[in-house]
Amino acid sequence: METVKLYTLSTCIHCKRLKEFMNKLNVQYDFIDVDLLKGEERTKVVDEIKKLNPSCTFPTMKIGDEVIVGFDESKLKKALKIS
Amino acid sequence: MEPEKLYDILSKFAKSRGWELNKDKESVMFILEGLLENEKRYGYRACPCRLHWGDKEKDKDVICPCEYSAEDIEEYGSCYCTLYVSPEWNKETVEKRLVPERRPQEKIPLM
Repeated sequence: METVKLYTLSTCIHCKRLKEFMNKLNVQYDFIDVDLLKGEERTKVVDEIKKLNPSCTFPTMKIGDEVIVGFDESKLKKALKIS
Repeated sequence: MEPEKLYDILSKFAKSRGWELNKDKESVMFILEGLLENEKRYGYRACPCRLHWGDKEKDKDVICPCEYSAEDIEEYGSCYCTLYVSPEWNKETVEKRLVPERRPQEKIPLM
């Protein structure tokens, strides 16, 4: 299974629903709540996101080489190879 | 302010605009907590689904209700974070779609 990385905001409902969706499917993932970061660290992560998703919207998910923006269930199921 | 109180205030406000609050109350309460959290952080109710400069002038277009909500509700039936929706969206007579970010890229925070 490819590594799954989420860039999220702690206050965002779409990010919350995405984490719940992944938990329900027992998919392992790392996440960073970018709004809780500060200074240099935050700038570094925002740059990272912008390389994957220039509009820097949330959630942004990286599965292997694939990037999924927003909580889009059908795209997620395909990328996670779940029927 | 308590989220429940904000809920009452904003549902009246929504009605005045011909909108409604998202009927999924659990989601709305989470969104309102996000708004109040951002009010604590920045001093203004910045959208809970966006990253912020922390500078009121630079963030004013995404202080809730954001400058994009009217167009988003018109086109998609909901605002970006799905707090405000059209009556049809709540009655599910329109298809629920992800609302893309309408904010111009140059306004999006660099850090």
